[in-house]
Amino acid sequence: MTPVQTTVSRTVLALIGMFAFAFALVPLYDVFCQVTGLNGKVDNTAKAILSEEVDASRYINVQFVTRSGSGLPWRLDVENRQVQVHPGQATEVDFTFSNLGGKTITGRAIPSVSPSEASPYLRKVQCFCFEEQRLEAGERVTMPLVFQLTRDLPANVHTVTLVYTLYPVADEQSQRQAARTPVSGGEA
Amino acid sequence: MALNQLPKPTPQHSTATAAGGVAEETHDHHDQPPRGALRWLLTTNHKEIGSMYLIFSLTMFFIGGIFALVVRAELFQPGLQLVQPEFFNQMTTMHGLIMVFGAVMPAFVGLANWMVPLQVGAPDMALPRLNNFSFWLLPVAFTLLLSTLLMPGGGPNFGWTFYAPLSTTYGPPSTTFFILSLHIAGISSILGAINIIATILNMRAPGMRMMDMPLFVWTWLITAFLLIAVMPVLAGVITMMLMDINFGTSFFTAAGGGDPVLFQHLFWFFGHPEVYIMILPAFGIVSAIIPTFARKPLFGYASMVYATASIAILSFLVWAHHMFVVGMPLVAELFFMYTTMLIAIPTGVKVFNWIATLFRGSITFETPMLFALAFVVLFTIGGFSGLMLAISPADFQYHDTYFVVAHFHYVLVPGAVFSIMAAVYYWLPKWTGHYADERLGQWHFWTSVIGVNLTFFPMHFSGLAGMPRRIPDYSLQFADFNMVSSLGAFMFGASQLIFVWVIIKCVRGGVKAPAQAWEGAGDLEWTVPSPAPLHTFETPPEFKPTSH
Repeated sequence: MTPVQTTVSRTVLALIGMFAFAFALVPLYDVFCQVTGLNGKVDNTAKAILSEEVDASRYINVQFVTRSGSGLPWRLDVENRQVQVHPGQATEVDFTFSNLGGKTITGRAIPSVSPSEASPYLRKVQCFCFEEQRLEAGERVTMPLVFQLTRDLPANVHTVTLVYTLYPVADEQSQRQAARTPVSGGEA
Repeated sequence: MALNQLPKPTPQHSTATAAGGVAEETHDHHDQPPRGALRWLLTTNHKEIGSMYLIFSLTMFFIGGIFALVVRAELFQPGLQLVQPEFFNQMTTMHGLIMVFGAVMPAFVGLANWMVPLQVGAPDMALPRLNNFSFWLLPVAFTLLLSTLLMPGGGPNFGWTFYAPLSTTYGPPSTTFFILSLHIAGISSILGAINIIATILNMRAPGMRMMDMPLFVWTWLITAFLLIAVMPVLAGVITMMLMDINFGTSFFTAAGGGDPVLFQHLFWFFGHPEVYIMILPAFGIVSAIIPTFARKPLFGYASMVYATASIAILSFLVWAHHMFVVGMPLVAELFFMYTTMLIAIPTGVKVFNWIATLFRGSITFETPMLFALAFVVLFTIGGFSGLMLAISPADFQYHDTYFVVAHFHYVLVPGAVFSIMAAVYYWLPKWTGHYADERLGQWHFWTSVIGVNLTFFPMHFSGLAGMPRRIPDYSLQFADFNMVSSLGAFMFGASQLIFVWVIIKCVRGGVKAPAQAWEGAGDLEWTVPSPAPLHTFETPPEFKPTSH
């Protein structure tokens, strides 16, 4: 190989490497966010309740925000917009899905936690957000969220906001997902 | 407009040299080049391709400039007068895309094509046919991009940063064409970078070590490495967008488990090195011009090289300073704030070196020197507003205001664009064999420098007062600042017509330039005749290292 060919093949290798790196950043980013809890990403699998003593010395405000994404005529209501819990205490809150449209649709609630530094300390024991919901026209379904904030939640966190955004799930997508996702809610 | 007039005289330059009986131009063994349009379509000569790049870039500069003037005309007064907000958005977006990818980057590649082989003593670029291909990709890419304006739903309207989901879920139908055109432009840049690296690393004149290379060559070598590193990331991002739009993936769609913030991270991982791609060659140009007209060797050659390399390396560690308000943890805010401020150090080294070069020099103020000096002053203003923006708590106020617009236009217009103009005035004698008209050049300079400052300086104030960018209307208290900005913009735009006139005049004739067109210039390009014959350095030149 001439020196020019060597240089060119090296730069082409670097190019291919960088193109692959751009795509590798996608899973790396998810892993990074999940490990650090950055960006409000939550571990979306069921956890067992940690049986630890309730820290009665402080209260944490837990707020719930629900909203509907585009293209889904649904409403998600929560029984209490805000609850006060002690760290370590397991709490159950009921959410009600209503399909206001005239068709059967599959949808899914995507969770996000703010501030993001609280997300590693949030353990969801049971959540409607682990799976998709399929609602007939006009149907209403009430589903629980059981969660626990662990005692090691940083002391500067006084309020934790859980946001659920509803998105439609395309039918073929939902079947693929169904085939892949094991039945959730099991005590891990 | 310049496209029709400029290519014509260039063949005259090669025939003129042949007629002039220049020693190096005595080979007859070359086949007669094809005539007419085919000649330009098929040329593999680095000088002809360089000229085509520069003419293309100038054309795009005017098209992007007209888009900017549409924006400024609408913002001349508060309220909506001339265009609809949808069209306004397309104009801001297209202005940014055309100026970044169509004007500034191709201009630097064109200068590299012309000057890198001459400065390292090579007969041509290492890969001449690839060179031809990478140029001709550009007109294809930008015709496609401009054609999106005529498509149903209009052209890109999501800002040059094309944040998802604005550009994916909510983008116009033409977004797929936008992606394709950006892919083509990106491939062109990548091929250009490969060619420049291969030329610089392998084709230097015997005896020229890396640390003997002129700084324009050094800065372009580092720029080319940046291009190799980040253009594939851009290609990756727009491929993900393409798949999100057309193939049902969810890289950036929250509904499917994707993340719009991921888009911003990926984009700015490309985007920040990209802004240095647009300024490092400018540093090289200014480092050639200032010593020439101060008649002193460049102060601190080695520190210039190391500063350029440090800026390039740091550019990979600062991307999230564009995203301070996206919701990052404190640690990340601090990290990106400090790394960003660190960049001020190598940049400060450069500014110091330029000033130290001027110190006790016997300075003359020809047009290229005026542009280079304006570059040093005005780029530094842009650098300082950049430092202000780097302070993350302060950025919470400045974010997405006209302060940001003022900042990046100060580093790009009197920064990158002025350096390109300086380079054109500096090397026109080498390209055409004639000096540019000095009086017209001075007119061009002073109208440009006044126009630029009238346009962008008031934006600092409207931005600090809270005027948001990318909005076609504004509240009344910003009216005066905006009127001044718009008047300045029209002045700057009109003054570029002088630039075109100067170039055409210089190609047609003027004061004859000798090989060594500027008294204080020292690099290899000044050893070949002016105008540079079509083929130079077919036998490698004698290179005597100067002590830097």
